Amino acid sequence: MYNSLSTRRSFIKKMAQLSAMTAAASMFPGILFASEQEEGIPNGANLDWKKGPCRFCGVGCGILVGTEQGKAVAVKGDPNSSVNKGLLCVKGYHQTMCIQSKDRLTHALVKKNGKYVQTPINEALDIVANKMKETIAAHGKDSVAMYTSGQSTIPEGYVASKLMKGAIGTNNLDCNARLCMASAVAGFLTTFGADEPMGCYEDIDHADYFITWGNNMAEMHPVLFSRMLEQKTRRGAKIIDFATRTSRSSTASNKSILFEPQTDLAVANAICYEIINNGWINKSFVEKHCNFSKGLTNIGYGTEDKFKFKDKPEKIDFAAYKEFLEDYTPEKVAQYSKVSVKDIKYLASIYGDPNKKVVSYWCMGMNQHTRGTWMNNLVYNIHLLTGKISQPGNGPFSLTGQPSACGTAREVGTFTHKLPKGVVMNPKHRELAAKIWKVPVERIPAKPTYHATEMFRAIDRGDIKFIWTQVTNPLVSLPKTSRYRPGMEKESCFVVVSDVFPTPTSDVADVILPASWHIEKSGLYGNSERRTQHWDKMVEGPGETTPDAWMTIEVAKRMGYGDLFPYSEENHVEEIYNEYRQFHEGAKHGMAPLEVLKKESGAIWPYVNGKSTQWRFNAKYDPACAEGKDFDFYGKPDGKAVIWQRPYEPAAESPDNEYPFWLNTGRVIEHWHTGSMTRRIPVLHKAMPEAYVEFHPEDAKALGIRNGENIRVTSRRGSCVLPASINERGLPTKGQVFVPFFDENMMINDVTLDAFCPISKEPDYKKCAVKVEKA
Amino acid sequence: MPIKSYLAHPHDGKKQHLINALSEIKECEVMPATNQDVLVVVTDTLDDASEDLLQVKIEKIDSLKLLAMVSGFNSPKI
Ligand code: SF4
Repeated sequence: MYNSLSTRRSFIKKMAQLSAMTAAASMFPGILFASEQEEGIPNGANLDWKKGPCRFCGVGCGILVGTEQGKAVAVKGDPNSSVNKGLLCVKGYHQTMCIQSKDRLTHALVKKNGKYVQTPINEALDIVANKMKETIAAHGKDSVAMYTSGQSTIPEGYVASKLMKGAIGTNNLDCNARLCMASAVAGFLTTFGADEPMGCYEDIDHADYFITWGNNMAEMHPVLFSRMLEQKTRRGAKIIDFATRTSRSSTASNKSILFEPQTDLAVANAICYEIINNGWINKSFVEKHCNFSKGLTNIGYGTEDKFKFKDKPEKIDFAAYKEFLEDYTPEKVAQYSKVSVKDIKYLASIYGDPNKKVVSYWCMGMNQHTRGTWMNNLVYNIHLLTGKISQPGNGPFSLTGQPSACGTAREVGTFTHKLPKGVVMNPKHRELAAKIWKVPVERIPAKPTYHATEMFRAIDRGDIKFIWTQVTNPLVSLPKTSRYRPGMEKESCFVVVSDVFPTPTSDVADVILPASWHIEKSGLYGNSERRTQHWDKMVEGPGETTPDAWMTIEVAKRMGYGDLFPYSEENHVEEIYNEYRQFHEGAKHGMAPLEVLKKESGAIWPYVNGKSTQWRFNAKYDPACAEGKDFDFYGKPDGKAVIWQRPYEPAAESPDNEYPFWLNTGRVIEHWHTGSMTRRIPVLHKAMPEAYVEFHPEDAKALGIRNGENIRVTSRRGSCVLPASINERGLPTKGQVFVPFFDENMMINDVTLDAFCPISKEPDYKKCAVKVEKA
Repeated sequence: MPIKSYLAHPHDGKKQHLINALSEIKECEVMPATNQDVLVVVTDTLDDASEDLLQVKIEKIDSLKLLAMVSGFNSPKI
């Protein structure tokens, strides 16, 4: 497929085509060009098509990769996948192009006298294992750490957890999903006692309304957005975009409602107020299936090292909750949210109409929030009060960002507090893990240690002396990299980075391990709708590239834990998955057997009696519900979900005289997160070559800023220079600037603040205060 | 050697007709959107005069409602 790009002329044609596709996407967000995928397939090619999930986002589209003579030459959407029904977005069908990048990491590199020296992989793994052992001997188990990813495969996450928690005996394992999904997890656990959405993508085919909360799905979940647009055209379904920035999603929606950053908390409460005040509450559902609780307030922002917080839930009654909502009448909330009374009432009336089915979607806007757990709770409140949950077309749906943030980070549990089933704090969960892992239960520590932000603070302080990162690029993606980059450069910490390409993170490594890319290894991912998908290795990787799971196993063996990792190089993915499945046995979380996953384009857990469970907690669809109940929120001991009393509290940092603008950061459709893969895909890189800072036109005018002019964005942490963008991709509200974070040459995370939600410990990348000036 | 790209919008119900008509023109590459009534058209001509003639030819197609140019490149002769 890519030979067609080898001449300048065909490349220019491709660029012209992409420009037109990009223009079309701004007129018709969610537009798809299926024939694009077929285009580059060489004439007369005899391709072997193999199925798998897309490497990039949490939508989890099924792909078919065409290989010829050991090379991946084409990618197309898998028509058998119910997720995408044969369609892909622009990232999806160009994904394999990055593997041929000239600067691919093909061999291990070890830093010797300040220079990287190519080293045989076995020798590099010896160095990693010895260094880890020495560090533990000198400074204790909690001086070593691993930081993995929502892009790690299920087997990769599993062996990392087994090595750290089961073999070494430290909870120093966290992952980059902390930066994107932790608030969603904490929201699910506090409200339902069970993680991950109850519904599935088929909800799109049934809903009358889609309400998106701070979520630009046209760019971040494009294939799902195109499915929504199809329902809009075909059935008249309506999309309401509730956000702080006008994006491609807003312009394609039936209505766009803008709010002042952080006040989504107040608006959600005002919707609940209206639902109760107008008698739209589903009384019998609430009485049968819900409890009311409140937690602590004024809970802080975590900006100081070693910040600690533990919520103290307290049961309340409906009357107390109703009284609390008196502070959130639409009239009161309109004053500071900048959402009109009419719009608040309109949103409430959609949720309140018993004859309309409503799905709420959200992703980073609600999760990357210093009150992210609360925000998740509040949207659940709306669906619980109206009983619009766990039914086709009715439900709250937390979308995930990364391709296996659910499958690996959340289900395998690569967070400091997690185990493959449950949490380290629970003795029963530790016992189960010890039994399956065949280790003494005392070895698994009962206390969580460092969440992502605190892990990098501990490196800066010198408390962590060895870290191994896999499948992630924290020195571009962490907030406040202006602190954490110098921290990781310190001699006090030995840094091992395994990756496919060099990144700003590998630049500070002592050892760089060359990882296999997606289709150069077998693996499993789990997407947003609880769908587990398997793929077989499709092509050989270059040089000494090795799957991350196998590198972890090799290090474990070298450290003397060989008996706990008895897997074979050829079949380790299969062997690990079969071991892991034991953790989730039963009707509430059973995973599909590998034979099924090899045949089908994924299966949704709980997989019970040979069937995926599409809607959890609803007895019509979910065999785990207790006998005689219509709904059963079985994650909670009494089967009842919790409606939480959660107030509005301000952001950690708000604009003031010195720093008068909000800074909001995010993504663009062309690039995957920190851009380490997509910036090596020529068509995507050319389509979006560099980051920019978006202004509201009135702000730009007042400051005399013209499009393309270089602007310095400065906060109390650092600064970054970027070209101005006015009325182009998106339009922030007045008083706000927006910067995408994909560009390692324009490090906006030097500017962001490392404040986080005290419950989930997920940082808020959407709100801090900055000043802007011409550079 | 101009290379240009356009968005071609068909009249209601005429998408297939427009695809067929454009596909018959050898200087045009057509890529229809899967889920919207719009086509991406990339033209590749010898010089500006031929490009102008081609544009006139395209605009005469009955099923075409609107042709909007998106980008133009001039590539060296190869
Ligand atoms: S929507 Fe996401 S999963 Fe689907 S093709 Fe695009 S990047 Fe891949």
